[in-house]
Order: sequence, then C-alpha cells, then structure tokens
Amino acid sequence: MMALREAQTGPRASARRIHAMVLRHWYLLRSSGPRALEMVFWPLVQMLTWGFVQVHLAQTTSLAATAAGLFVGGVLLWDILARSQLGFAMAFLEEVWARNLGHLMMSPLRSWELISSLIVVSLIKLAVSMVPVVVIAYLMFDYSLFSIGLPLAAFFANLVITSWSFGLVSTGAVLRYGLGAENIAWLMTFLMMPLACVYYPVTTLPVWMQPFSWALPPTYVFEGLRAIVLHGEYRGDLMLWAFLLNLVYLAAGVALFRYLIDSARTAGTLVHMGE
Amino acid sequence: MLDIAQHRAPGDARAEPPVIVRDLRKVYGDVVAVDGITFSLEAGTVTALLGGNGAGKTTTISMLMGLIVPTSGAAVVFGADMSTDRHQVLHRMNFESPYSDVPMRLTVHQNLAIFSRLYGVVRFEERIRELAASLRLEEFLHRPYGKLSAGQKTRVSLAKALLNTPELLLLDEPTASLDPDTADWVRSRLEEYRRQTNATILLASHNMSEVERMADRVIMLDKGRIVADETPGSLVSRFGRETLEEVFLDIARNGRVRDAEKAS
Repeated sequence: MMALREAQTGPRASARRIHAMVLRHWYLLRSSGPRALEMVFWPLVQMLTWGFVQVHLAQTTSLAATAAGLFVGGVLLWDILARSQLGFAMAFLEEVWARNLGHLMMSPLRSWELISSLIVVSLIKLAVSMVPVVVIAYLMFDYSLFSIGLPLAAFFANLVITSWSFGLVSTGAVLRYGLGAENIAWLMTFLMMPLACVYYPVTTLPVWMQPFSWALPPTYVFEGLRAIVLHGEYRGDLMLWAFLLNLVYLAAGVALFRYLIDSARTAGTLVHMGE
Repeated sequence: MLDIAQHRAPGDARAEPPVIVRDLRKVYGDVVAVDGITFSLEAGTVTALLGGNGAGKTTTISMLMGLIVPTSGAAVVFGADMSTDRHQVLHRMNFESPYSDVPMRLTVHQNLAIFSRLYGVVRFEERIRELAASLRLEEFLHRPYGKLSAGQKTRVSLAKALLNTPELLLLDEPTASLDPDTADWVRSRLEEYRRQTNATILLASHNMSEVERMADRVIMLDKGRIVADETPGSLVSRFGRETLEEVFLDIARNGRVRDAEKAS
C-alpha cells in the first residue's frame, strides 16, 4: 500500500512536526527514571546548600535577617536559567548521541521547527526540575518563590529567553564543530554565574567588570530580585532593559544558529555527527 | 489537503528524471571528494554507486539529501536544487544506512510513530502495522530499539525508510553487518518495494553480488570521478571478467598502479 501524506507546508504541518519532536523527548523522559531524578537532584542540592547558608546568616547578621529569601530566591532563579539552558542543549545533544541527527536533518523538519521543539522541551524539563525544588524550599525554609508576586513572571520570562539564546549558540557550535564543542553547552551558563551577580550586587565587582555584567540580561533580573527583597520595590526599568537585551541576544542566537547550520552543511560535519 | 505518493510509470517520456546531478564537485581544503560528476537516474530504476573507501559515494549521497552543500555544480531531486530548496521534496524521499540509528531508548513503535508524524504520513498506525507485518517487526514492535539485534535494527531502519512510501530511496550499504540469510531477505523486500511502487533507488554498496542482483545500472567512482557508468553485465564483459567483484578489483588496483606511476 502507498502511504498518503499530509500537506507539508503551513502552520498545521509545522505544529505536527514540532509535536513529533516534543513527543520524542517526552517518551525518553518517561522511559528513564534516573534521567528525571538527575534533573531534580542538582537544583535540590544547590537550594539546600544556599538555604542553610541563609539560615546561618540570618542568625548572625541583621541584613540577612531582613533579607530572607535573598539567597534561596537567587538560587531558585539561577536554576531557572541554568536548567532551562541545559534542558535546551541536552535535548539537542540527545539526538547527536543517538546518531539520529542525520535522519532528522534529511526529514521534512525545518531548523526553526527543531528550535521550537527544543524550547518546548526545555520548558517541560524546567517544570520537572523546578516544581519539586520550589515546594521543598517552601517546606524547609519557609520561602515561597511566589512571594515575589507578579514580577516573578517578568523574571521567569527574561531568564528563559536568555537560556534559549545561550542554548542556540551551544547547539549551533556542536552542529558545526561536532561533539568536541559539547562542553560549551555545560560551561556557558556557569561561566555567566559570577558576572550575572546572582548572590551579590553589581557594585561588588571591580569597576572594569561592571559593564560586562550589565551586558547580560540575567544581571537585571538578580538586581531586580534584590530590589524587591531588600527594599520592597519592583524595578520595571530593570526588567525592560533585560527584555530589550534579550531581544538582541535571541536575534543574534537565531542568526548564529542558522549560520552554523549552513556552515556545517558546507563543511560536511552533519554527516558524521555522533560517530 | 493530501499529497498522494504518486509514481511515474516506467517509460513515461513526459517526466524529467527524478535525480539529475550536474558537474557536482565537493572540495574540503586540498581534498577533492567529488570531482565534477554528472549523471541522472530514471524513475523506477535501481542504480548502484560503487567505489572503494574515499571514492566519494557517501559525499555524493549526502549532497543528494542536502546534508552537504556542493562546492560547485548541482544535485537536483524532483526538480528541486538540494542545496537551496530541499524542503520542497524531502517528504518524497528517504534514506537507510546501518551507520545511522534511531533513538535507542524509544520502542520501535514510538520511533516509527515519530517519523510518521515528521513525514506527515496519514493514518500512520495502519501504515506501521502494515510495515510491521511485511518486515516481520511485530514480535519486537514494543521493545526498545537499543535492545534489538543488528538484523532486527536493520529491519526497523528499513521500515523507517519506507514509512512515507518514498519515490526516491537512498541506501548506504543496507545489508552491511547482516548474516547472508537476513541480507538476502532484506534485498527481497527492497526488490518487492521497487516492483510495487516503481520507486527510484540509489544504492551504495561494497557487496558485488548484491549489486549484480539488484542494480540495473552501475556508476563506479574512483577518487571522486565516474570511471564507469553502464549495466553490470556490460561492465563485466567489457573488462573480460567473470564477476563484478573482479571488475571492481581491476579498477581499484589499476587506480593504485596509476597513482604509483605518477608518484615515481
């Protein structure tokens, strides 16, 4: 029998292909308990460590006592960024490790559909990672991430958009340069940590480093968190700057990803990916 | 809207060949992988692409799939230039190779369902059942792909390649690492598929008996150039040999002799 084929262009066709890719990662997640456990484990360890630091400081210094949630809030927001970026990059690397990329690249799946599916998968993985950790933070340290209120939505949006931009760069590098570039996926977010000033204000940095820090969208989020926790003030200007910077980063990430795919097709690296 | 996988009847003079390769060249730095080859494939034919390691077979097939962009020249499939317009026609073709896997942790059924969605196969559960029956996948349809034997994996890979009823099927050593019985069985399924659908098949292989059995035509590559392009029978008689394997060895060894002479 000959197979009938649905239309290959238009929003329905794209939605069908994105759904297929999301389903592929959902099956994988369902099939591997240790994989899901690992996703919760590291954010939990981070949160417990900083949670106890917070408890200790609260007993010894007045600032920390008034700033309950400074560290726990910081670590939870940081993990939104880190887990989202790793979720994006890992979903792509799974294809490389499975030697499945060739099949995908010669299927009707478009590169923007692949990116969209990675974004959806990163959000699902983020939920799997963070929901238990947020609940435990509330139970153990009496800290609710939701106490931030509506600004949490702006923080969350800005952090995940940054994670996609960095995810695009790291996956594009793997496409172009092969698995040798895999470490970029692991390192990029963590290299950003000291500059993004997760646990301390930007003024802590040497003056010459501060412009680099302000060039990163997450810096505005963490400054925004401190403004709420320490002064009870929501800084909309900081969120606007983060959002504008994020637009630039995302556009650059998409352009670089597309350039690296084209470059990989010229260099022939797609063919031997994962071998 | 549905796009029915239509295949041209043999001898349909109105249609242009499904595959046209013109002056195709691929250079990596100082290495010329494919050196200005030209050929076309007629609908419903099986063509074998032969050559030693590094002759340019995989690079040629990759350019036909649009995975590699040529340095110059063009690979045109169903009228689409594969370096710029490949998404217009990718749903009409498919690919099988033992060197490429599908996700190991997913079951065979899950993998086939995902690829069916990617290719937009209508009523894909029915199609999967049909392929599972004809390729004898039923007993391990719900087992993880990674837990299958090499022969079982090849059958799954073949099912994936046939899901969308491709009009052009690209095969890269489809029976490598299979025992003779399974390899023979796979060849029979491919021949049956060609008979039923009139699909065009391009087959890269090192197995000369497979080529003699399946191919209507042989394109032999050496250092990225076409050194022979004819039927297996005429190639064997032109070289005055008994088998295609002997012809292959002649061409490969003469090439080495030529290289040695040049070097001295």
